[in-house]
Amino acid sequence: MATLLLADHTNKALGSATAKALTAAKALGADVHILVAGHDCQAAAAAAQLAGVSKVLVADAPHYAHALPEEVAPLIVSLMGAYTAVVAAGTTTGKNILPRVAALLDVMQVSDIIAVHAPDTFDRPIYAGNAIQTVQVADAKKVLTVRTAAFAAAAVGGAATIETITGPAAAGGAEFENAELTVSDRPELTAAKIIISGGRGMGNGENFTKLIEPVADKLGAAMGASRAAVDAGFVPNDWQVGQTGKIVAPELYIAVGISGQIQHLAGMKDSKVIVAINKDGDAPIFQVADYGLVADLFQALPELDAELKR
Amino acid sequence: MKILVPVKRVVDAYVKIRVKPDGSGLELANVKMSINPFDEIAIEEAVRLKEKGLATEVVVVSVGPAKSQEALRSAMAIGGDRGILVETAETDVIEPLAVAKILKAIADIEKPALVLMGKQAIDDDCNQTGQMLAALLGWPQGTFASKIAIDGGVIHVTREVDGGLETVKLKTPAIVTTDLRLNEPRYPTLPNIMKAKKKPLEIKTAADYGVNLAPRLKVLKTTEPPVRKAGIKVGSVAELVAKLKTDAGVL
Repeated sequence: MATLLLADHTNKALGSATAKALTAAKALGADVHILVAGHDCQAAAAAAQLAGVSKVLVADAPHYAHALPEEVAPLIVSLMGAYTAVVAAGTTTGKNILPRVAALLDVMQVSDIIAVHAPDTFDRPIYAGNAIQTVQVADAKKVLTVRTAAFAAAAVGGAATIETITGPAAAGGAEFENAELTVSDRPELTAAKIIISGGRGMGNGENFTKLIEPVADKLGAAMGASRAAVDAGFVPNDWQVGQTGKIVAPELYIAVGISGQIQHLAGMKDSKVIVAINKDGDAPIFQVADYGLVADLFQALPELDAELKR
Repeated sequence: MKILVPVKRVVDAYVKIRVKPDGSGLELANVKMSINPFDEIAIEEAVRLKEKGLATEVVVVSVGPAKSQEALRSAMAIGGDRGILVETAETDVIEPLAVAKILKAIADIEKPALVLMGKQAIDDDCNQTGQMLAALLGWPQGTFASKIAIDGGVIHVTREVDGGLETVKLKTPAIVTTDLRLNEPRYPTLPNIMKAKKKPLEIKTAADYGVNLAPRLKVLKTTEPPVRKAGIKVGSVAELVAKLKTDAGVL
């Protein structure tokens, strides 16, 4: 029996999280089929090109346009007779839909897996990543969300067959109204190789634009923030890195004016190289930093910008 | 409109937890416990809706050991009207699916128009119970809410999603799970803390609702995450950039 992977997509394009979740799905050892549920959706071709996918199922209907869990969960449940596991990236979409599927199947979901030991045995972080639990699933069907920062993206180079399917009729009850999505030319936080994040020490939102943005431009970096900076209204919610925000693991993470509370560390401590710039030499962020600079960020950031220009 | 608010007693957000060296779990004896922060946001929102005249009663529920009464009393000090504790043994491992089944049974009895609850508990970080409850009840769900607006039999929920914000319209009854920026919970006043002690609190068991608590996941071991090697301090920005280029090779 095969594994079903729920694609993350915008209808126009496949999300970068899908290729990472695919790596986890393949580790279960069975054939992987990708489900693309959307409307006027062009993401199936990209899904079919991912290496190691044998089939792409496309459910295209108006009620799948916005990945509403009330609609997508019954669709997945209707397919699960043929699958032993359903996997989704731990994005806000996956987190929204999969527990609904698990309950309908009467299965206990394993959230945010970071390692696959066997088709029924997984590692997952608890307590903001301060402990790792190894769990074995007793249920016959597995329902898993994947912490994408823990898995490399699967390569392209496959040629899966694409099959159109029809799901259950619209359930109703929930309706999409509108979205205010951040439009940016920068890489997405969860896909970026370099991230520069600011904290409460930035003082206000203008300083993000004035001081962090030029550095991010030169590095081709994504911009992030601590919860404190988001709560203070400096930057939008989707910039938040941390336990309950985005979990990232870039090649280089630069934390500026961030003290390093455990909730923030939970979101970035698996980065390959961590740089901390903070004027408080005792800030906990320095305990996880590979390179720490005790300095006033209002001097250090312009200097960093100038240094990168050279 | 009645609102049901499930709450969980968890290790306080500021406690640094320790993993037992033998891999059998966590050192939880004598650790400070609190109401899960996301649940506190949920109770605050419910109480605000009641204060605005949009809700008639706020019922708080917890599934956990006898000491979970503390979490219920905290929730009632913020403004919950009455509590239900579904008491479990101190040693029981209670999974989100079992909690969702109990909450479903309670919702069937209480018939709330809205269940407002935290998006995740900060101990097991599962982020499942609200969605599972919505599935079991067959109700719509608005997860990760940063704003809710009630308009007759409809709730508009603005959700914090990876790309920004998204608003959905749900028919009641519905489930809403809270994100950090929905509100800032008040500090209960001493008179309200005293008053909360006298509010009705019903004690039940999972068996009363016909729910089997046996866990579906077997925890094989609990370990420490890998520790990062201690880094170095650099003296200047120039030195930092040089190290990133040569030693780390990331620039």
